[in-house]
Amino acid sequence: MQKITREQLIEKASELLANGTVSCVLGWGAGEFGYDVTPTVFKTAEEMKTGFVFSDFCGANFSKYLVAKTQKTEGKILVFLKPCDTYSFNQLLTEHRFDREKVYAVGIPCEGMADISKIKAICGEGISSITAEGDTFIVTTLYDDEPIAIEASAVLAERCVNCKSKKHVAYDELMGEDGDVLDSGRFDEVARLEAMTPDERFAFWQNELSRCIRCNACRDACPACTCEKCVFDNPKSGVENKSPANSFEEKLFHIIRAFHVAGRCTDCGECSRVCPQNIPLHLLNRKFIKDINEFYGDYQAGAEVGSRAPLVNYTTADLEPGEVFNREG
Amino acid sequence: MQVNEYKPLIVAFCCNWCSYAGADLAGNNRLAYPADVKIIRVPCSCRVNPMFILRAFQRGADGVIICGCHPGDCHYTSGNYYTRRRMAALFSMLDFLGIERERTRVEWVSAAEGAKFAATMNDFAQKVAALGENKRLEDLRCKK
Amino acid sequence: MLKCSLDKIQNLFAEISKSAKLYLPVDGKDGGASYGEWSEGVEWSGALNTTKSPKDFFFPQTEDLMAFKTAGKSIEIIDTRSESEDFVVFGVRACDAKSFDILDRVFLSEPQDSFYAMKRKHGIIVTAACTKPSETCFCQTFGIDPASPAGDISTWKTADALYLQANTEKGTALLEKLGAILEECSDDAVNAQKEKTAAIMQKLPLKDLNTDDFGGGKTQELFNNPAWDELSQSCLGCGTCTFVCPTCQCYDIKDFNTGNGVIRYRCWDSCMYSEFTRMAHGNNRLTQKERFRQRFMHKLVYYPENNDGLFSCVGCGRCLAKCPISMNIVKVMKKIGGNKGE
Repeated sequence: MQKITREQLIEKASELLANGTVSCVLGWGAGEFGYDVTPTVFKTAEEMKTGFVFSDFCGANFSKYLVAKTQKTEGKILVFLKPCDTYSFNQLLTEHRFDREKVYAVGIPCEGMADISKIKAICGEGISSITAEGDTFIVTTLYDDEPIAIEASAVLAERCVNCKSKKHVAYDELMGEDGDVLDSGRFDEVARLEAMTPDERFAFWQNELSRCIRCNACRDACPACTCEKCVFDNPKSGVENKSPANSFEEKLFHIIRAFHVAGRCTDCGECSRVCPQNIPLHLLNRKFIKDINEFYGDYQAGAEVGSRAPLVNYTTADLEPGEVFNREG
Repeated sequence: MQVNEYKPLIVAFCCNWCSYAGADLAGNNRLAYPADVKIIRVPCSCRVNPMFILRAFQRGADGVIICGCHPGDCHYTSGNYYTRRRMAALFSMLDFLGIERERTRVEWVSAAEGAKFAATMNDFAQKVAALGENKRLEDLRCKK
Repeated sequence: MLKCSLDKIQNLFAEISKSAKLYLPVDGKDGGASYGEWSEGVEWSGALNTTKSPKDFFFPQTEDLMAFKTAGKSIEIIDTRSESEDFVVFGVRACDAKSFDILDRVFLSEPQDSFYAMKRKHGIIVTAACTKPSETCFCQTFGIDPASPAGDISTWKTADALYLQANTEKGTALLEKLGAILEECSDDAVNAQKEKTAAIMQKLPLKDLNTDDFGGGKTQELFNNPAWDELSQSCLGCGTCTFVCPTCQCYDIKDFNTGNGVIRYRCWDSCMYSEFTRMAHGNNRLTQKERFRQRFMHKLVYYPENNDGLFSCVGCGRCLAKCPISMNIVKVMKKIGGNKGE
């Protein structure tokens, strides 16, 4: 499904490694089953030839890794950024979280990434191979004699179904053609929830958040969560907790986390992608984004470096908290 | 016979420069407001972190109100403007999670507005009392 | 061997739940299965396994140990334990059934953990044989046969019936209570299913993964392996692997200030967390590499060293499916052990 190939990326990386522009490459490492891709640092072109992969399962957003990797690495790091990753990249630069001089960013086009759980929902467990042919995945399993053909559009990750932009907002070099900011339906689900009664909304979230196992994957994968020490990890904070002891703590964690990234969240969707319990965490972030757009004017975090996030800004004519609900009637 | 009327526990975060003085004035003028309003003095209304509000609910508050200087009058020039944006976003989020919107409020009370302070507290306590106990943001472990 | 026709399975569940609470895997709206209490109309999930393992029944994620109340200078200690009632955990897979052996060695060795022991005493485990293992399954690496699960009662589901066999006294007692719903039958259908599953096991991608390079006494050899750097480099430090793992048994004991007293509780901890085993002097594992290494060394070296060679992994494949960056014990075993498994 992806238009750019593994070979093209390896060629580009080899060239940049050979001419000394970069000292290493942050890329996707192949796994056991074709869909289990691990972010990996490659030091040589040879390493890339054996271990590098680029497929429809390379959803991981590398931007956050740059915070740690740029501190450890001598020379520049080559990083491949999909359009949505570039927003996180800019946002981290806005917050001075890594040294731009130590990164060589190559923008790569993205046709949307697949969600393996959606594929498994169609063809079941026991996948032996997945190959992309045009806009179709050909899946062979241990239990079906014939390969199963699945339309790629049917198994797109949620965030890609509602892709907000195919445009790269940051790069040193661009491979392929740049796209446009899209008119996505990403707020539709938020609007649907808003239209419910408070009781229905409460029941919805109570059910979703009750599955939380507090693994912190959402936080640890989030490019906006780069605090050295999270308040929820700090025993002196009074709210540190390693488990969701009851429904209050589930809500506390997710409200505070969503609030802390409000105005800075680029809506990259990593939180929902990594959640082992499939909690639609992106809806909390999108609610804040939608509100901020409606209250204070359209704002896309990460669209440009140095922009002032809405919650650390103000105008004297802002609406009053009490007016928030009156507006909605 | 004693009637056990339900009285909501209200936590009021008041800024040091205006609203806390406003509460003082209400007291000096012998203006009545519910005794179950517990005032916590903060340097500025923007000192109130969303965590404070949720923790108040956790420890048994039925309503939380934040009082600060009128916009434009902040002792620190702009603190309450930030409060206004943050709380607008936070309250909207609480509502999104199905938590009663009447349980949280922001009100601007100056040092001269003792009467407004008392009236605000009376009104807020009444609204919260109508909702009953806070069930949606309660922590059962903290119930006596 | 006893059997129950599948159209009577709801009757079977109803009968079991007369004497004990019955928990079984049920499908969630999100597509994942989890254990839920049976009540009329609740269907047994067809999923291979639940997202969270059934260790939760015996070693819950959060569990109150005791409470304190202070009044003036006196302190009252309140015992919050409640005597457990019998309960049945139905549909446990062979891998998860084996995980209880691993947990038992930790919690039931002296001094016994009374919280865990009580729940083990009251819990009846009914296992279900696998017929369609996933590509992520590698239980055979640890000598587990998914077609012959352990537990108090083993069951096999075929196209039209559920076959049951008691393995322990507890299991026999439960089956006796079920009486008329069950009928005696031969082992033929079950044996046929076992053969079929055995053939599938030979086709699994991880079938050749073995533990030859691991076990007690390997600490010196494996601890300083340079590959740990590479393996741990993209670990996010989240606790997903440890919290979905059926054998991870580390916990933390914490005090919660309720405002009018203190509740002392324990909760699962994860060696991936920066606060894990933090002491007065600070933390003894300062980097993610050290934390990452701890997890796998514990499962593959330290635990077997202390437990007669028993590995602390059952090959359920949950971490393979759930790790946000797809780093897992299989990749570690192949890299560190030089075991390509091909």
